Amino acid sequence: MAQVAVAHAAEHELGFWRKYVFATDHKVIAKQYLWAALLMALIGGLMAAMFRWQLAWPDASVPGWGPMGPQDYMVMVTMHGTIMVFFVAMPILLGAFGNLVIPLMIGAGDMAFPRLNMASFWVFLVGCVVLLASLVVPGGASPAGWTGYPPLSDKVEFTGSFWGINLWILGLALEFVGFLLGGINFLTTVVTLRTRGMTMWRLPLIVWQEIAAVAIFLLSVGPLVAGAIMLLLDRVAGTAFFLPHRGGDPLLWQHLFWFFGHPEVYVIALPGFGIMQEILPVFARKPTFGYRTIIWCTVVACFLSLIVWAHHMYVSGIDPRLATPFSIATIAISIPFAIMIFAMIATLWRGSISFETPMLFSLGGLVTFLLGGVTGIFLGSDTADIYLHDSYFVVAHFHYTLFPVVFFAGFAGIYYWYPKMFGKLMSETLGRVHFVLTFIFFNAAFIPLFMVGLAGGPRRIYSPMAYDLLKPLQPLHVVATVATIGLVLGQLPFIVNFVMSMLWGEKAAANPWHANTLEWTVDSPPPHGNFAHPPVVTRGPYDYSMPGAKDDWYPQTAPFSGQPQET
Amino acid sequence: MAHQLTDVSVMGSGVSEPLELRVSPGKIGMWVFLAGEIMIFGGLIGCFVLLRLAHGGWAAEGEHVNWRIGAFNTLVLLTSSMSMALALGEARRNNAGGVKICLAITALLGLAFLGIKGFEYSREIGEGFTPWSGLFWNFYYMLTGLHAMHVAVGVAVNSTFLGLTARRGLVSTSALHLEFAGLYWHFVDLVWIFLFPLVYLSTNVK
Repeated sequence: MAQVAVAHAAEHELGFWRKYVFATDHKVIAKQYLWAALLMALIGGLMAAMFRWQLAWPDASVPGWGPMGPQDYMVMVTMHGTIMVFFVAMPILLGAFGNLVIPLMIGAGDMAFPRLNMASFWVFLVGCVVLLASLVVPGGASPAGWTGYPPLSDKVEFTGSFWGINLWILGLALEFVGFLLGGINFLTTVVTLRTRGMTMWRLPLIVWQEIAAVAIFLLSVGPLVAGAIMLLLDRVAGTAFFLPHRGGDPLLWQHLFWFFGHPEVYVIALPGFGIMQEILPVFARKPTFGYRTIIWCTVVACFLSLIVWAHHMYVSGIDPRLATPFSIATIAISIPFAIMIFAMIATLWRGSISFETPMLFSLGGLVTFLLGGVTGIFLGSDTADIYLHDSYFVVAHFHYTLFPVVFFAGFAGIYYWYPKMFGKLMSETLGRVHFVLTFIFFNAAFIPLFMVGLAGGPRRIYSPMAYDLLKPLQPLHVVATVATIGLVLGQLPFIVNFVMSMLWGEKAAANPWHANTLEWTVDSPPPHGNFAHPPVVTRGPYDYSMPGAKDDWYPQTAPFSGQPQET
Repeated sequence: MAHQLTDVSVMGSGVSEPLELRVSPGKIGMWVFLAGEIMIFGGLIGCFVLLRLAHGGWAAEGEHVNWRIGAFNTLVLLTSSMSMALALGEARRNNAGGVKICLAITALLGLAFLGIKGFEYSREIGEGFTPWSGLFWNFYYMLTGLHAMHVAVGVAVNSTFLGLTARRGLVSTSALHLEFAGLYWHFVDLVWIFLFPLVYLSTNVK
């Protein structure tokens, strides 16, 4: 601890490059991840608007692009999925918020391995560049879907994209390496650098959720790395791991991909839940309901997440006898998540709730995730999935699970920790406008897709007008597209707010929300090394509105006998 | 603020003892890294086993590997693990000369392993068994090739430690850092212990 603090005191004399570009300070790295992720989110969102335009008005000229052929359409869908899952969700929820809050919340001066942390960001950024470069190489980017199923992705003859898919694999590999390094750092930091009194049962929930997320990431990504090596060898070295006519097995890729791909959902969902679980008690002025229960549910969900992957493969030709156990495991995993959601609702029960922007986004995320979770039970059951598989119902379902945890919880986290990150307060008015626009347009964009899916509309069809069966569903696609464009434009108040507040925002106090956790006991933004002296923790993170107390919050460092100090 | 809390009553009211670090952060980081590596090799080995069970007819392809060379290489790698363990013991006894000898032996045995493996590859390619001659050979070259890359990294790490020890002798962190290098080296060795019977022996069973 002391060594880290001394090392950082010395860093004040560092030049621009070491301070802001090749930085080792976890707070700067968190901002770097945030900037990169927001930029990638803009690209991914614009791609969504463009292919939605094609779906609403097939073969019409897309503004700023021209007519979109089937190849471009498939490239857009593939890149949208890849960017949003790997280059937006993970850097926001793990890279930005994990890096920001873990050392601050456990009372540490920095991560356990600051230079490894820097390497993790730069490897990730090179991954971003490689992925974006695949858009401009000859043959075009990957049109093989974000899941990259072989044989389609296996040979250049099937897609016409040689370097595009190779760079797609390479970009993902770099992203994995970046987050493996980050994950090693997160786990080691929480195990070794907790301050005095910060026991595992006093950790804020988001810290638990972050380390649970990186633990299952570390455990699940290996087989996909193995799969990526085999896919790349198939493409460039003439092997035939996934080519059935030469003895290989395309189903193998699906197993490897989803053995990682399904835990990945929880890698994203758990930190998103963590953000909501930090914010709800602060704005309800109540202790979190069922703190330990939430932690045990997180642990159970992590174990179960490793044995549900084949629910993505019910119609792929796996043995039907295998489908039933995976159905049972899938429906079982909804139990810990249901308990967590009940705990969050119970936290609100009879609280003294105020609706600041972070709270609005957290509540919005809670409500929309419920719809995503409930529709997941339909899809997790093999019998229902046989009908719904590969329809727009699936598209709507996973957007209802991922959008709440990535964007509602992500925005909630940005509004909540912005004062700590940048030392300025954001505009509440613009924040509320942003929330209303996002909430309305998100629901308007994806509820129609549930209906399209239930009516039998398959996904990944370039033009719905090509089939008579799908023509009556076209008005729903138009509604979804108009709402998607509204959703993209609805982010303008956020961009304005984000930039304007940084330049002209009101200066933030150390603890603007009257919250308990350790990051609010230091200045906004915290100095290098975070804490002048290692704090001593005396209590759990959610002691709000305790009976007999003068104020309605107790910082984690407040003595048991005394009153909380003014901050 | 927190640092003003010197009140004894606080210490008696449920505050746990200061966190004592029994394990260095570097060691925990190393173990987490190795867990990730195990999942990569575990994935590849799992694919190999499952595909062999699902699709027969590989035994004929696998008969052409030379198990005698493989067995000799196993012996080479196991011996290098022993010298690596001895290097750590010498570092703890603060004997710089012993560390240098043991690390040199470890690195040379690693190089010998790579040389023998290279000879084996050239022999097989000469007989017409290239990386694209069939599913068994796909797996054979990928598994052993990825393992060989890990051996090469280990040789580089051990040579670096050898150079550092030769230049500035043993320092206070030498034993700890050697332990990290040793963990990695034993892991690479252990992967081979799984690969040798899977690739060389099971295919030769009639």
